[in-house]
Formats: sequence, C-alpha cells, structure tokens
Amino acid sequence: MLEVRGLEVHYGGICAVRGVDLDVAAGEKVALIGANGAGKTSTLKAIARMLPARGSVKLSGEAIEHAPPHLLVRKGLALVPEGRGVFARLSVLENLEMGAYVRDDKAVVDADIERVFGLLPRLKERAGQTAGTLSGGEQQMVAIGRALMSRPRILLLDEPSMGLSPIMVDTVFDVIREVAREGVTLLLVEQNARLALSLCDRGCVMDGGEITLSAPAAELLDNPAVRAAYLGE
Amino acid sequence: MDIFIQQIINGLVLGSIYALVALGYTMVYGILGLINFAHGEVVMIGALTALTAIGLLVPSGLPGPVVVLGGLLIAIPVCMTVGFTIERIAYRPLRNAPRLAPLITAIGVSIVLQQLAMIGWGRNYHTFPPLLPAAPHQFLGAAITDLQIIIIATAAALMAALVWLVTRTRLGRAMRATAENPAVARLMGVDVDRVISFTFVLGSALAAVAGVMVAANYSIAHYAMGFMLGLKAFTAAVLGGIGNLGGAMLGGLLLGIIESLAAGYIGDLTGGFLGSHYKDVFAFFVLILVLVFRPSGLMGEKVAERA
Ligand SMILES: Nc1ncnc2c1ncn2[C@@H]1O[C@H](COP(=O)(O)OP(=O)(O)O)[C@@H](O)[C@H]1O
Ligand SMILES: [Mg+2]
Repeated sequence: MLEVRGLEVHYGGICAVRGVDLDVAAGEKVALIGANGAGKTSTLKAIARMLPARGSVKLSGEAIEHAPPHLLVRKGLALVPEGRGVFARLSVLENLEMGAYVRDDKAVVDADIERVFGLLPRLKERAGQTAGTLSGGEQQMVAIGRALMSRPRILLLDEPSMGLSPIMVDTVFDVIREVAREGVTLLLVEQNARLALSLCDRGCVMDGGEITLSAPAAELLDNPAVRAAYLGE
Repeated sequence: MDIFIQQIINGLVLGSIYALVALGYTMVYGILGLINFAHGEVVMIGALTALTAIGLLVPSGLPGPVVVLGGLLIAIPVCMTVGFTIERIAYRPLRNAPRLAPLITAIGVSIVLQQLAMIGWGRNYHTFPPLLPAAPHQFLGAAITDLQIIIIATAAALMAALVWLVTRTRLGRAMRATAENPAVARLMGVDVDRVISFTFVLGSALAAVAGVMVAANYSIAHYAMGFMLGLKAFTAAVLGGIGNLGGAMLGGLLLGIIESLAAGYIGDLTGGFLGSHYKDVFAFFVLILVLVFRPSGLMGEKVAERA
C-alpha cells in the first residue's frame, strides 16, 4: 500500500529524517514510535508532501513524490496532522465537508457525515459550532472525522493522543480501532508507545531520524530495550 | 433641502463604492496576509476601460443604460485578467519570501500599472458621457438620482452575492479553509494556488464595477484616480477589521458617510476656515484613530493567529 524508500528531510542544515525505508501493507496497522524530536512528524509530512523531501514514496505502486500535493487525497491518502489542524473558524459540519472536498456525490457524502456522527456522537451535538470553540479532544475527533470523510485507503495519524485526558484518549483510540476494523490501512505515530503497539500489528522505532527497529507489535512490547526506552519500565 | 439627509445619501453612494474596493483588499489579505496596494489601480483600469468601451459604443445609438452596461461588461473581464496576472507575475514567486518583499512589489506594481495607464490613456481627464437619467427624485427632503439608486442597489446585490458565495458554497468554504490553514486545506484536496487566483479575480471583478461607479458618479476618470481611492478603500478595510468581509462592507459605508458629513459640515464647523476639499483628511484621520485605538478594526476578531 505504502512504500517509502530513502526518505530524507532537511531543515536548513539540520537533517531530521535520514534515509527512512518504510512499508505498510494493505490493511496493516503500523505504529511509528519514538522520542520527541526523533523525526516522526517530519516523516509523515514528507509522505503527505507537506515538506520538501528526498527519496521515493509509492502509494499502491504509484510513485507520488512528484504528484501535486493536493491530489494525494484523491489517491486515498489522508493525514490527521500533529496539533489537529482543524479549521477553527469553520463549523464542525463544514470541517467534515472540507474532508469530502474532492468528492462530489452529495448523497453519499451526506451518508458519510451521518456515519461519522454515528462513530463520534459528540460531533453531532456540536455540528453547528465553530471548531475553534471545542475542547482539545473534540477537536481531535473533528480532525479524525474530517480525514475519514475522504474515504481514505490509508490513514496517517500524528499523535492523536497528544494533550488529551485519559478518557478522551480511550474514546479517540476506540474510534481509530473501529476505523481499522473497517479495513483502512493505518500508519500511527505515537509517543504513547504502549497504546499504539496494543492497537497495531507492527511497530517501527524511530530514533535520531532513522528507523532503528521494526518488528511485530507483540514482540516490541516484550523487547527489554523498547520497554526500558519507550514503555517507561 | 435637508443637508444631513443629503450627505447621508451621498455618503452611502461613496461608501458602497469604497466597500466594493475594500472587499478586494480584505479578501486577499485574508488569504495571503498581503496588502495588495495595486488594487486601487485595478479600479482605475476598470473605469478607463469602461469609458473607452462606452466611447466606442455611443455611436451605435443604443440606449444610454445599455451602453454603460456594455462598458461594464468589457471592463470586468479586463480587470479580472489584470488581477490574475498581477498575482501570477508579482506575488506568486514571492509566496514564501519575507513579508516586506511582496509589500514593496505591490507598490512597484501599482506604479507600473499607473504609468502604463498614463501611456495608454494619456494624462487628460476622461469624461463620462451623460448616458444615465440624471433627474433627481425627492426623498426625505433631499435629492437622489437614478444613478445613486443604481450604485447603492448594485453594490448591495454584489455584496449579498459575495457573502452567499463565501459562506454557502463549496468554493467559499475552500477559500475560508485556505485563509485559515493553506497546508491543511491542501491535504483536503484544495488546489490552493487556484483558490488564490480566484480570490484575486473575484476582487478585481468587484474593482471593475467600483471603477465604473466612480467614473459615473463623478463623471470623470483619470490615470491617477486609483491611488487615493485605493488608499481610502484600504482605510475602510482596516476600519472594519482587515481580513473580515463584513468589516470591509461596514468600514466602507462608514467611511463614505463620515467623509460626506465632513464635506457637508466642515465649512460651518470651522467658520469657513476649512473647505469641503479637506474631506480627504478625514479618511486618514479615521485611519490613524483606528490604528491607535483599535488596530484590529471594528469587527476584527481576536481569534488566535493562523499556524
Ligand atoms: N520547521 C522546522 N525547522 C527546523 N527544525 C525542525 C522543524 N521541524 C522539526 N525540526 C527538527 O527536526 C527534528 C525532528 O522533528 P519532528 O519530525 O517534529 O520529530 P517528532 O515528531 O518525532 O517529535 C527535531 O530535531 C526538530 O527540532
Ligand atoms: Mg511530532
């Protein structure tokens, strides 16, 4: 589904991503874990073409590293960005409609809005409210709901648990689990490694801009080095 | 005749025109954070293009209003093309440059357009032929002409249409999303460059209409007319809260009314020391007051800055 080779991101003189190779198979759920500053966000942004980067990225076998960035969503890629990136002045409903921007079948889009409301009932209550007035957790729901509105084949999530209360984290992860169950391929970036690994099939550990370890999630959860560094044991 | 009512009517006419031009400033600012100082010149190009077209259409013997409409319908696409080209050539290459660069470029573009207009249309004043019925109607003890009614009604209709476009359509939603966060809008599939082009084209179309209104209202157009008009419309946009559509409309109307009232009463108030030609000073007096006491403008939001 997603095939990344030799991905490099530079910020001026700083090299934030140093030749990352990453594969995510169709239907697979992959967690990308690592400390703050490891280069996880830069990796996701480079894949979604929000940053200039070197290397090749293939989506379903098609090279996308030179495609105009706004066409990626049509190819089935959606990103829930770090910090959520909701449109604060647009209503919740308008945010969801923005998620379906490239789709023109109104009836199906309306059905999908109802589906998102079913998944995230809180959003239905807040549909007419401007997104900027919502709590952090609710905004995260808007960001996820908005991403789902494009009917992605692969969903990239950048730290969806960041800044949320434990209860909210559970709610958000329930939704992510539900989305994965529907067959959407996941690439999940998290600092909360235990949570991410418990949800995913496979984990990649990122450190200093490189992927240092890639293994089935259960194995990583048992790996003493990983436990010590990322699971706080 | 009731001077107060009369000046309010004149102010509404002037204010409608300012509002249409102010919308062009505010829409571009909302999306790019850029003050397009060349916008006033687009108004001037609209006025002079329409006058040229009208001059060619008059011999056809068509009814006056039809001739004016013809001039307008030619000025609109010309201004849209000019607006589109300005963005493509002058601003797009500087999209990621420090903020001062596009600002200086805007002033440069303004000078270039003005000089080109001077070469094309000459330094002389062009008069708007008497094609529209000028007999005034009595209204609340004051006089209002058909032209004034047309200007106010057209501006109101255009503004209503713009609000509908921005708040109710898919394209308008994309404009607002782009204004807030272009990177995320792009993730949603918005072709941000096209939205920006569209914004310039839309603002330029409104500028064309405003240009024809100014020319008709004062019966005159001139290659240098865009400068002062642009500055006042910019003042109106700042007064309302730059980046805010409702603010541009309110700011435009208020500025027009303030200016007209000032023109009407300044002579009496100063015992004849200052004449009505000092009315321009008021616009900039207002600008200074706003910048000092309420820099975010009357309707400016205190929402967090975009990321
Ligand atoms: N816009 C930027 N300019 C310069 N350096 C940056 C920028 N964004 C991130 N970095 C640096 O790149 C490295 C990786 O950052 P990031 O991808 O955000 O890591 P993570 O998401 O894993 O915390 C860090 O050292 C960070 O300081
Ligand atoms: Mg990050």
